Amino acid sequence: SLQAAMTKLGQWLCGLALLGSAWAALALEAPGLRLPPPFREALLPLPLYLLVAFGCYSLATVGYRLATFNDCEEAAAELQEHIKEARRDLRQRGLRF
Amino acid sequence: MAAGGAHKVSVLLPTYNERDNLPLVVWLLVRTFQDSGNNFEIIIIDDGSPDGTQEIAEQLVKIYGSDKIVMREISALFSSGTAYIHGMKHATGNFIVIMDADLSHHPKFIPEFIRKQKEGNFDIVSGTRYKGNGGVYGWDLKRKLISRGANFITQVLLRPGASDLTGSFRLYRKEVLQKLMEKCVSKGYVFQMEMIVRARQLGYTIGEVPITFVDRVYGESKLGGNEIVSFLKGLLTLFATT
Repeated sequence: SLQAAMTKLGQWLCGLALLGSAWAALALEAPGLRLPPPFREALLPLPLYLLVAFGCYSLATVGYRLATFNDCEEAAAELQEHIKEARRDLRQRGLRF
Repeated sequence: MAAGGAHKVSVLLPTYNERDNLPLVVWLLVRTFQDSGNNFEIIIIDDGSPDGTQEIAEQLVKIYGSDKIVMREISALFSSGTAYIHGMKHATGNFIVIMDADLSHHPKFIPEFIRKQKEGNFDIVSGTRYKGNGGVYGWDLKRKLISRGANFITQVLLRPGASDLTGSFRLYRKEVLQKLMEKCVSKGYVFQMEMIVRARQLGYTIGEVPITFVDRVYGESKLGGNEIVSFLKGLLTLFATT
């Protein structure tokens, strides 16, 4: 498929080109594509709004993931126990540390 | 399908100055596999460690038998890639587990990897610190923020279909790992990321198992500006080329 053949950068550039040209055509009054003024006024700052919205989404997502990042206390404690057991058993088997 | 005995797991352990941890991780691996009944071998690939790692590896071979523990030495500063290639040459298992030898990865998760692999017939099972009850011990807020932030950027740019790209605790089908080794060229963190990205490109399936990562060396280890810069460079390279 076309999408599979493109690099991620290629996909982004394509997507941005598509959306960008649609936005430019509609918001910047291309001849023959006249939207009513309120729509054009709303469309003009849309890219900036989307960028800010994405920025907020990013901060919120990373913040949430940071807050819910598990601290594995039990895993560390269990490891300490296993280390003790391992050293004891290995010494019995003749390992010289 | 034949019972458990049909499969064999080769564990690749690249080591550098792991004299203290190596016997412990080997002991844990042996016990895990004996408890789970899987056929296994452990392949230690040492990069000319000056601290006696090889000497201790030889003792372990004597204790556990040379059918279970194999030691190889390579004598140039290796990257993960060369260590795996070297280790795989002599691997007799049909599944390969890669993991760290410093006890940050606990062998107890390997049976879960195997179970997950059977469940979905996956080509790769990746241990993830970011999902389920996976997690990390020993990181402060700043380190966690860097980790989550970097992962977020990676997800947005690469849409990889796996939650933990820089993790290095994974199970691969042997043929899959061999194929990926041919194609991957990066080093360090980015190498692990590239493996997953290329695997997706080649249509391999990836399952995930939550794992715990116990970092006992964070205080001494370096996550400086250099590492972050090279990570970003690697990420952008993958973004532009895959």
